[in-house]
Amino acid sequence: MEKTPVRYHVLHETTYDYGSPVSLSQQQLHLSPRILAWQQIEEQHIAVTPSPTWRRDGQDAFGNPVTWIAFHAPHDSLRISSAMRVAVTPHLPENLESSLPWEKVRDRLAYDASDPRPADLDATRFLFESAHVRIKHELADYAADCFPPGRPVLLGAEALMAKIFKEFKFDPEATTVSTPVMEVLEKKRGVCQDFAHLMIACLRALGLSARYVSGYLLTRPPPGKPRLIGADASHAWVSVYAPDFDNDWVDFDPTNNLLPDTEHITVAFGRDFGDISPLRGIILGGGGAEPEVAVTVTPLDEEELLPALSGAIAAAERPER
Amino acid sequence: MARTLLAIYPHSARRYDEMLTADGAVRPHWRQFFIHLDSIAPEEMHRRLDFVDRRIQENGVTYNVYADPSGSDRPWALDPLPLIIPPEEWAEVSAAVAQRATLLNAILADLYGEQTLLAEGLLPPALVFGQHGYLWPCHGIKPAGGTWLHQYAVDLARSPDGRWWVIADRTQAPSGAGYALENRLIVSRVFPEMFRDLHVQHLADFFRDQQDGLNALAPVDGDEQPHIVLLTPGPYNETYFEHAYLARYLGFPLVEGQDLTVRGDTLFLKTLRGLKRVHVVLRRQDDGYCDPLELRGESALGIPGLLNVARAGRVVIANALGSGLLASGALMGFLPAICRKLLGEELAMPSVGTWWCGEKPALEYVRENFDDLVIKPAYPTQRMDPVFGYELKGEARAEMLHRIEARPHAYVAQEMVNLSQGPTWSRSHERRLLARPVGLRAYAVASPDGYSVMPGGLARVATGANARIISMQRGGASKDAWVLTDGPVSEFTMLKPSVGVRDLVRAGANLTSRVVENLFWLGRYSERFDDSARMLRVALSRVVEASGGKTPAVASAMEMATILGILPTPEEDNEVKEGSEHVLLEAIYDPNQPGSLAGNIRNLMWSATHVRERLSLDHWHSLNRLQREQQAALKIHPTLTEAIAFLDRVLGVSSSLTGFAMDNMTRDDGWRFLIIGRRLERLSFLANTIANFLKMPSTRGPGSLEWLLELTDSIITYRSRYSRLPELLPVLDLLVFDDSNPHGLIFQASVLARYLDRMARELDEHSASNLPEVLHRLQGFDLERFEQTQFSPERNCPVCDDLAALLRELDSAAVQLSDWLGMRYFTHVGDVSRQTMAL
Repeated sequence: MEKTPVRYHVLHETTYDYGSPVSLSQQQLHLSPRILAWQQIEEQHIAVTPSPTWRRDGQDAFGNPVTWIAFHAPHDSLRISSAMRVAVTPHLPENLESSLPWEKVRDRLAYDASDPRPADLDATRFLFESAHVRIKHELADYAADCFPPGRPVLLGAEALMAKIFKEFKFDPEATTVSTPVMEVLEKKRGVCQDFAHLMIACLRALGLSARYVSGYLLTRPPPGKPRLIGADASHAWVSVYAPDFDNDWVDFDPTNNLLPDTEHITVAFGRDFGDISPLRGIILGGGGAEPEVAVTVTPLDEEELLPALSGAIAAAERPER
Repeated sequence: MARTLLAIYPHSARRYDEMLTADGAVRPHWRQFFIHLDSIAPEEMHRRLDFVDRRIQENGVTYNVYADPSGSDRPWALDPLPLIIPPEEWAEVSAAVAQRATLLNAILADLYGEQTLLAEGLLPPALVFGQHGYLWPCHGIKPAGGTWLHQYAVDLARSPDGRWWVIADRTQAPSGAGYALENRLIVSRVFPEMFRDLHVQHLADFFRDQQDGLNALAPVDGDEQPHIVLLTPGPYNETYFEHAYLARYLGFPLVEGQDLTVRGDTLFLKTLRGLKRVHVVLRRQDDGYCDPLELRGESALGIPGLLNVARAGRVVIANALGSGLLASGALMGFLPAICRKLLGEELAMPSVGTWWCGEKPALEYVRENFDDLVIKPAYPTQRMDPVFGYELKGEARAEMLHRIEARPHAYVAQEMVNLSQGPTWSRSHERRLLARPVGLRAYAVASPDGYSVMPGGLARVATGANARIISMQRGGASKDAWVLTDGPVSEFTMLKPSVGVRDLVRAGANLTSRVVENLFWLGRYSERFDDSARMLRVALSRVVEASGGKTPAVASAMEMATILGILPTPEEDNEVKEGSEHVLLEAIYDPNQPGSLAGNIRNLMWSATHVRERLSLDHWHSLNRLQREQQAALKIHPTLTEAIAFLDRVLGVSSSLTGFAMDNMTRDDGWRFLIIGRRLERLSFLANTIANFLKMPSTRGPGSLEWLLELTDSIITYRSRYSRLPELLPVLDLLVFDDSNPHGLIFQASVLARYLDRMARELDEHSASNLPEVLHRLQGFDLERFEQTQFSPERNCPVCDDLAALLRELDSAAVQLSDWLGMRYFTHVGDVSRQTMAL
């Protein structure tokens, strides 16, 4: 039977109000969602105010859409609105126990001087240390009880996800984007980026491939309350390499202890946050300004779009002059 | 044969000897040189050694061992005897080096493109994806001409059987070619006859090939001339001397990241006269630091957006970003098979036996042969000194093995090489040669006709007879390498034998904004340093004269120093509890106290470091001495008299710096900014000081006008004009209105206005400064109003208030002017770009 996709509208708005004028600025945007076997992009648009002096769209080395913009004239604020309509087909994996034993996956990823299978070689891009994912033996020790000998790799990953969910507390005050994984492990606190990095580090420490996925999550307003604009946030989770299983990669969300299905919208994946941070820039001037970020995820089958939201969407989708 | 030369030269069965055969005879290609050496009289040899030392001193050839702004540059160590290599042997070495450069370039092309080497199992992914040196954002960028590797160096050593082996590949931004050139210029003059008679190949062709190679690839539009710059990480880098030296020799501007800016997909150099497009960046900065937008974001050294210029094919970066990963020793074992695959030929020169521990059988081998191996990091970005297996016993060995087993892919083991030995000239004996282990760093550059290998290179000598590592950082020395030829010697030279009219260089018009900004700050800091020393001397000598008592002059001088920010503001109810003396000494010697003289010395050193090539060695030394003296004083608690003597020396150095700027520097834009910096700072200091003086009640007591004259260095002029005690009106006339007194305000402001006017005309631009207008009003100030005024604590002084207000306006005009200069001409060195991140 054909599965029915769930359709969403997503609005991701970032605003910088600089303390003093910024004279030069360059930004790299990972804000356009990528196409996946279970995810179609119906419409997508990025609006920038003020108008950038220069812009280029392209693809990064991991196949994610990327946009670069530059400003050569002084400006006091920067507003970037990314609006998209996305359809996500149900793809919840079944029979995790039918995945290969984890040692077998590990051995397939290890080098033995023969031609590697293309999928395995591709997965080795996500097998090693990266800037935000340092690998220490303590991480392998932490994950060891989730991966007893012979356990199917996806059951091991599921157990690891559950362990992190159970032992770690969600705490936005505890960490920053540059908090090392080892500190997260020690504090047992953090946010979705930290839990994703930690889980990836554990898997890689065991010799398994895991990638960092950025995107959005549908949140549910309290019963009887309307959806609030900007109440959501960008989200991050993990994808684990399981050769010969479904699409070879299976997603896990350690922040919520669940397997992503139609409520997760993928934007990009990479080795870690550094490869695909939504908005990364270099500015000259500007004083000390922190960005304001607002994300709104709206299912398109909801009775009616909030008037305020449609206004924001219209603004975001207005063509640049 | 001359046995005295060899009296303490050991014969070694374990090492190949560059000069002697196994039975002790001098090798044919050394014979002529050896006989010549033997014929040189000891006094003559002394003279030649002195020449070597002097040249190194004079040319300022240094190798910074510690990145320390206080000047721990070490003179370059050069042994005068060359390493001599015969033609037939060099032909083989040279071909092998060129082949290896071609191979490594092909590997980079593959790894940043198709990655067939990985798909076919010829390279383990761990050595590519596992390296931080593999720069993912560079994947897919195709550089001009398919050239990733423009400059390559390889460390070679000779095994006991006389064969050359590769010890290490340098593919990031190899250093040493400039030192090799400098060595050649010196050594060829130490032995000029031999250099000529032995038919030594010259080096200039190699550097011309490098220029040609870069020019040929430059992505010019229309009839643009290729503009090539040499990118350095700056004066704190260990080989900065070489960067400056090569830039001059090759004729490329020496720039730092902040000199360059990306606009759209084009790279520009910021000069005083605007943006100038750059086509080629010869980089001596590591690739990870080159673009904070996409690579290491925390680095302030880079050029944001550079990668996008490379993607658009609008700049050639030599070497291409991402080339550093091939310096990994772990790759060596895989090269023979890769060479067959990519080049269809055998690798000509073997690499020293290398085992990458990431392969199981290799790890086994390392465990079993630990004593015979050296353990090194697999990735060039890892910081770790080589570890010799036989030196590790017991627990230390177990720990090392454990570390390797935990992360086997991060380590390689190499067999130990018994380096060959060669002769060096003993500095501690008369006419004796010593035997020292030697190695050779060879160089290749991409030229339009393939890789061109430098005939020669940087020969390196270990300090001890049994050393296993040769490292310039560990105090090793270097040698010139003489490659002999049977054919004619190319006479091409990049150094003109004499300078013709067409070669005359006049003051640089294309100064980079950064150099100009640093000179401006050097000017400001040197004046500020002078001002604070003078203020402190005024206060300190008042305290000494009062011998502990509190005269009105002590009080007013201390108050002024506090208002000017030279002394810290005393906390309430804690008024000078520790006494004026203590406060003053801290303001002189403690660099961490805001506004202190020591802090100003530090700032001055900092700005001097950044324009060092424009200062004379003497000035550099006297600045260094001052800083050392101030640092030493922190420990020994100097007396007040010693402190005054120190301040006298400070002011001596200061006036010699001023004299240097006035007499010895050429009058280019850079000089003008230096002087503008000084004038601005002095103008601001004088305006501020005199305005405060007029407003402060404490200055109306006896003795204050005297110190004001002393502070402004005008006391002699005053005495020669008025043989009486200082009075307010004549003092103000001298310090404010007299346009012939260089320590006077109107003098400073008028000179400044003239400079600005001239600059505005030259650069065809108006300065938005109101300085001329304020100056005009000041000149019209009615001095007669002071005749009816009594300057005493009891009376108000409205005319004092009016003049003070005008002086404050002048001060703020100076501040605004400084900001405007910064906006218009500078790169904002202090205002570094920074990273922002949003989720």
